[in-house]
Amino acid sequence: MTTDQYPKVYLYRRIVQAKLFIDNNYTDKIDLNSISDEAYFSKFHFIRLFKSAYGKTPHQYLKYVRIEKAKELLKNNISVSEACFLVGFDSLSSFSGLFSKVVGKSPSLYLKHQQETQKKISQTPLAFVPGCYAYQHGWLDHKNSNFEEPDV
Amino acid sequence: MITKMSITNIHVIDQNSAYDFYVNKLGFKLVDDIPMGPETRWLTVSPPEQPDLQLVLFPVTVSKMFPKEIAENLIDLIKKGIFGCGVLTCTDIFATYEELKAKGVEFIKPPTKEFYGTEALFKDDSGNYFSLQPLNNFDNENNI
Repeated sequence: MTTDQYPKVYLYRRIVQAKLFIDNNYTDKIDLNSISDEAYFSKFHFIRLFKSAYGKTPHQYLKYVRIEKAKELLKNNISVSEACFLVGFDSLSSFSGLFSKVVGKSPSLYLKHQQETQKKISQTPLAFVPGCYAYQHGWLDHKNSNFEEPDV
Repeated sequence: MITKMSITNIHVIDQNSAYDFYVNKLGFKLVDDIPMGPETRWLTVSPPEQPDLQLVLFPVTVSKMFPKEIAENLIDLIKKGIFGCGVLTCTDIFATYEELKAKGVEFIKPPTKEFYGTEALFKDDSGNYFSLQPLNNFDNENNI
């Protein structure tokens, strides 16, 4: 069985296109009804097939993508309000509520923890690298290394 | 007592290209990206549902670890596609195949029915190859 012979290849391609559309347009208001229409599916069929392929409904997947992208932005020191609107939310409270529920901490606390971690990384980067790898790479030879080998 | 694999290496030729492949194309999560000098970084990723397994995108460069001749030989072997880095599992092999193809991943073998189940093979940007299989290939009742 090769690629063109596997069952319903055209269905899979449409589901994948819908998923990639969400990946590339999550910052905008996405009408999931129009995605299923463009895929020539009934909405019910589209949701069912999408979920069987990706484990989430299109709506769940869109929320997942937005939260993951928000986490990346916060890791890069973007403010909570800016991250909220950059990933397509139009309400700070709904963004914060969903973020807290999914991630387990508020976006402001997540940002604070990321800032603390980034500060530590910039001060002592070798503290974040397993010693064996740092040694293999020759990074421990650097005169400014903060890494101290334990006494054996 | 050994409990699990925590960190493993994928030898790559270019870390920038490898980042794009593993993070943007395969959808792996970035764990660490820490500059360690002008030409190298501590770059690790993990599969989306295995946050406790770090894959080190280990650059093959002339270094303490790889003298020049060994680095050149290793790069040549990687480019020739000698190294298989294991099996990646997915929920739906056909959807995964179509998506990776759409993102420009090069497949050596499309999803093909084998005696052990359906399998596809693809290469990373360096030349390492992976087997892609649906999770149900590993159900007990399908074992030979």
